[in-house]
This record gives sequence, C-alpha cells and structure tokens, in this order.
Amino acid sequence: MERIPVLKMGQFLLVTIQVDLYDRLALGLEDDLINMVSRTDARGVLIDISAVNIVDSFMGRILGNIAAMSRVLDAETVVVGMQPAVAITLVELGLTLPGVHTALNVEKGMALLRTKIGSVSTGEETPHDRIVE
Amino acid sequence: MIVLLSKEILAVATEPEIILFRNRTRELAIKIGMGLVNQTKLITAASELARNMIRYGGGGTVTLEVISAPKTTGVRLTFRDEGPGIADLSLAMRDGFSTGKSLGLGLPGAKRLANEFSIQSEVGKGTTVTITRWKNG
Ligand SMILES: Nc1ncnc2c1ncn2[C@@H]1O[C@H](COP(=O)(O)OP(=O)(O)OP(=O)(O)O)[C@@H](O)[C@H]1O
Ligand SMILES: [Mg+2]
Repeated sequence: MERIPVLKMGQFLLVTIQVDLYDRLALGLEDDLINMVSRTDARGVLIDISAVNIVDSFMGRILGNIAAMSRVLDAETVVVGMQPAVAITLVELGLTLPGVHTALNVEKGMALLRTKIGSVSTGEETPHDRIVE
Repeated sequence: MIVLLSKEILAVATEPEIILFRNRTRELAIKIGMGLVNQTKLITAASELARNMIRYGGGGTVTLEVISAPKTTGVRLTFRDEGPGIADLSLAMRDGFSTGKSLGLGLPGAKRLANEFSIQSEVGKGTTVTITRWKNG
C-alpha cells in the first residue's frame, strides 16, 4: 500500500505531502503519525504542503484530526508552505483549521514549534502564524 | 449569448476518479488562460461537489464545458447523480449543516467559490449542481 513517509528530525516529525490525498492514504498517514508521536515522544509535527495545490474540506478535516490527536499526546502541529492561492481559497470556502498553526516554510515552522513547546527560542512567530485559525 | 466551445462527460463514482476529474478540470482552466487563484477556487469547488456526489449520491457524472460569453471565457461543470436527493435545499445550503457528521461546508463553500451556482434536487430522483467560473472575475 502507498504511504506518505514520516521523517524524524530531533524532537519533531516532518511530513511532506506531495501527492493528492485520498481516503485510505490519509487514514494511513493519521495512523502512522499518531504511532510515531507516541513512540518517539515527538513534541511537534510539521506538515509541509508546499506541493499541494488544493485543500478541500476533506483534506482540511485530516489536518484538523492530526492536530487534535497530536495535542492529546502533547505535541503541536504546524502546517507549512501553504500556497497563497490555496490560502485565499480556504478563506472563501469557509474552512478554519482549529488547533493548526501555520508558517511560511519548514524553517519558520520549526522555530514556531520551539516557541510553542517552550524550549529556547531561535526565531519569532511570523505574522503567518494563525492565518487560517 | 453563451457559446459552447467544448463538452465532455466523465463518470465520477470513486476517489481515483475524483482526482482524474480534478486534473481534467485544471487542464481546461489552464487552456483558457484562467489565473492560478481562480483555477484553485474552481477546482476546490469541483472537489467538494464531486465528493458529495460520491458520498451522498452514490456517484454520478460530471459534464465539463468550456463556454464563451461576450467578454470572457469560462468553465462550466454540471454534477448529476440519481441518488436520494435533498429534502430541504435551503437547509443543505447553510454553513455547518451536514447529515454526514462533517463540516457542512461543501455546498455553501462551492457557491462562494464559483461565479455562478445552481442546484436542483428531487427526493428519490437525484441532484444536479451546476457551477461556472469565468476566466476573469
Ligand atoms: N449529491 C447529494 N445527494 C444527496 N444529498 C446531498 C448531496 N450533496 C449534499 N447533500 C446533503 O447536503 C448536506 C450538506 O452538504 P455539504 O457538502 O454542504 O456538507 P457535508 O458534505 O455534509 O460536509 P463537508 O462538505 O463539509 O464535508 C449533506 O450533509 C447531505 O445531507
Ligand atoms: Mg460535502
């Protein structure tokens, strides 16, 4: 079965979504992430969607689920690299992503996660954070 | 006056077919020179309506048309299913209304993302939704 790889980077997990998600792939990703968060004690999950050119309510629900489940395990979720056209469209669709923070790119997302989990901060929150909250 | 420039019909009953249909819609939008933001709005609306058709309507067909109006060109999509239909359309069009324990965003969101939107539904007969997104506008 096709799977989306999850990479461990220090205390964070990095997922890069590069294909169109369909039900089973998305559910597999939710499972994998939750297993890895609990197994590795990761404190943050970064989801890179810079290659994703549409986010519909289905995908929005998956991102929301991942954030909600991670939070239960004491990890924060940051979605990075949302294309501007996607961000504009989400607002009009009316989709909010509760519990999901956003950042411009992976680097800024990691900085944001560090401030969220309260370790020594290496960067400040970008104005992009919370754009779709 | 609206002139029909091209027309094709795709069956959409499974998830992989949604992806194929989305890709075809994007090709048509690019072909007429639609900008990226309008393309994204069109395809997102299309994705919502295709998912509804599969989830609630048991699958159906989408008619993809390129149409031209006096000053612009656009893509018109018509989603047809022969599912159970929708008993209360004004309720279904409301933000947050869902019989599927979902977000209830698909129909009202698709309406906001399209330039033109119409929906007909008859209980026991099925549902037809048409959206148009113009190249500029
Ligand atoms: N093609 C259809 N056939 C029958 N019922 C439909 C169809 N499309 C929508 N509906 C009904 O209208 C309701 C609202 O649809 P809408 O797409 O707005 O929300 P949803 O699909 O429930 O949630 P979301 O799209 O946010 O995941 C649905 O819950 C369903 O009851
Ligand atoms: Mg829907």
